Amino acid sequence: MLDANRYKCCYCGAYVSVCPTCSSMELMETWIEVSQGCKDCSVCTKICPVGALEAEV
Amino acid sequence: MKYDVLVVGAGPAGSMAAKTLAEAGLSVVMLEKRQEIGDPVRCAEAVSKRGLKDLVEVDPRWIAADLKGSRVFSPDGASIVLSEEQSGGKTGYVLERKIFDRTLAMEAACAGAEVMVKTRAQGLLKRDGKICGVSAIRSGDTFQIEAPLVIGADGIESKVGRWAGIDTTLKPKDISTCAQFLVKDESIDSNYCEFYFGNKIAPGAYAWIFPKGEKVANVGLGVLGSRSSGIGEPLRLLQEFMKSHLPKGKVVEMDVGGVPVAPQLEAMTTDGVMLVGDAAHQSDPLTGGGIITGMTAGVIAGEVAADAISRGDVKRASLRDYEDRWKEPNGNKLQRHYDLKEFFIGLTDEDLNNLLHSLTNEDTVKMDLRDMLKSLLKLNPKLLWGLRHVIF
Ligand SMILES: Cc1cc2nc3c(=O)[nH]c(=O)nc-3n(C[C@H](O)[C@H](O)[C@H](O)COP(=O)(O)OP(=O)(O)OC[C@H]3O[C@@H](n4cnc5c(N)ncnc54)[C@H](O)[C@@H]3O)c2cc1C
Repeated sequence: MLDANRYKCCYCGAYVSVCPTCSSMELMETWIEVSQGCKDCSVCTKICPVGALEAEV
Repeated sequence: MKYDVLVVGAGPAGSMAAKTLAEAGLSVVMLEKRQEIGDPVRCAEAVSKRGLKDLVEVDPRWIAADLKGSRVFSPDGASIVLSEEQSGGKTGYVLERKIFDRTLAMEAACAGAEVMVKTRAQGLLKRDGKICGVSAIRSGDTFQIEAPLVIGADGIESKVGRWAGIDTTLKPKDISTCAQFLVKDESIDSNYCEFYFGNKIAPGAYAWIFPKGEKVANVGLGVLGSRSSGIGEPLRLLQEFMKSHLPKGKVVEMDVGGVPVAPQLEAMTTDGVMLVGDAAHQSDPLTGGGIITGMTAGVIAGEVAADAISRGDVKRASLRDYEDRWKEPNGNKLQRHYDLKEFFIGLTDEDLNNLLHSLTNEDTVKMDLRDMLKSLLKLNPKLLWGLRHVIF
């Protein structure tokens, strides 16, 4: 499961653009929502400019 | 609630579309999920003067700097100077986007568009298989807004296209992921934008110092998604860039974001839906500049949408004029820039050094991008042979 670190996040939404499941990620102001639809592909973890997204092991 | 057209996203592309539609006498609503339009900034804020003046009347309230030109640095630190309009059309003015974006939205509102902030579109509505509006949420309340035509101007994080069946998912090799600081430093040259190339500095992209007035600048860099080798790579590389280039710089703001550096979408419309700006991957793949291209697309989309509504036909065939008018000249040029980007990201630091050194005796100040590429090809035929079809 993907871990979104709210303390690092700068709310840019870039990760949403590479997410292959359109509905599993959403940015709302300062809050990232990762839903059950996340396929753990980790593509977004390399796109986040500040390292706020990490795949949980 | 019923409107002729509903615009999702109040960035430059959405506001220009909404304004154009309102001026044509249509009822239009523009939704923006943030509570403050234009904030936080996700941009280095540089635009070409010519491009901007063609679209809006320039207002000193949102011009942070008026530049003389650009300096381009190779990985080994050599540099050339380009005049203001020759930097790939990207530099000339540096904007204050927190004011700029809000002003554009206000202009749309003054023209008659309804602007709803803190209102997020969360899905398309369909009736008898036809798109007829969106479901939205504002301050926790879900409601429906009806419109036969929806314009997706929802930026890099766009979902409108995907909801409508247009796959706008970006591949990591087609997104530049960026980090930027607003920096105060005595060494900043207020007259020139600076671009720094190098596979160690900014893999697959570049670092920039874009002045914003007295000794203040946006200092940032991009990393091509497919070249990002670790978690938080852009921020880490930016901190290194600061140490090497502006060690005494005082950071007073941090901005991050992604910009599409992608090929042109095959479809930017479908029945009842049009995409504009970053949502349609209309930013320049070579420079990452998307303000002017997005605004231009917003105007064209607004004009075509107004015409389609007046004819009562919002099927794709009726909206195709938007794609055609976008393609020539904008889309075709950006597709060429994509080919250039794909070529340049394959060059080593040594190649980049050789290219820049080959120009040091040329009068680059008078060259535009095409002239510069032609000179580069003439001076480095072996290295740039693969580009001859793009340049000529
Ligand atoms: C670091 C960085 C530097 C850049 N530097 C430059 C530069 O120097 N020059 C340049 O020209 N370009 C630059 N760009 C690119 C430029 O910022 C974008 O191309 C431009 O903002 C695109 O405009 P837009 O209107 O398409 O989208 P945006 O400006 O991103 O606006 C989209 C809006 O839609 C809203 N939205 C999204 N989803 C929804 C929803 N579901 N409901 C309601 N609202 C929604 C968002 O909150 C946002 O306000 C840069 C980008 C980055 C990341």
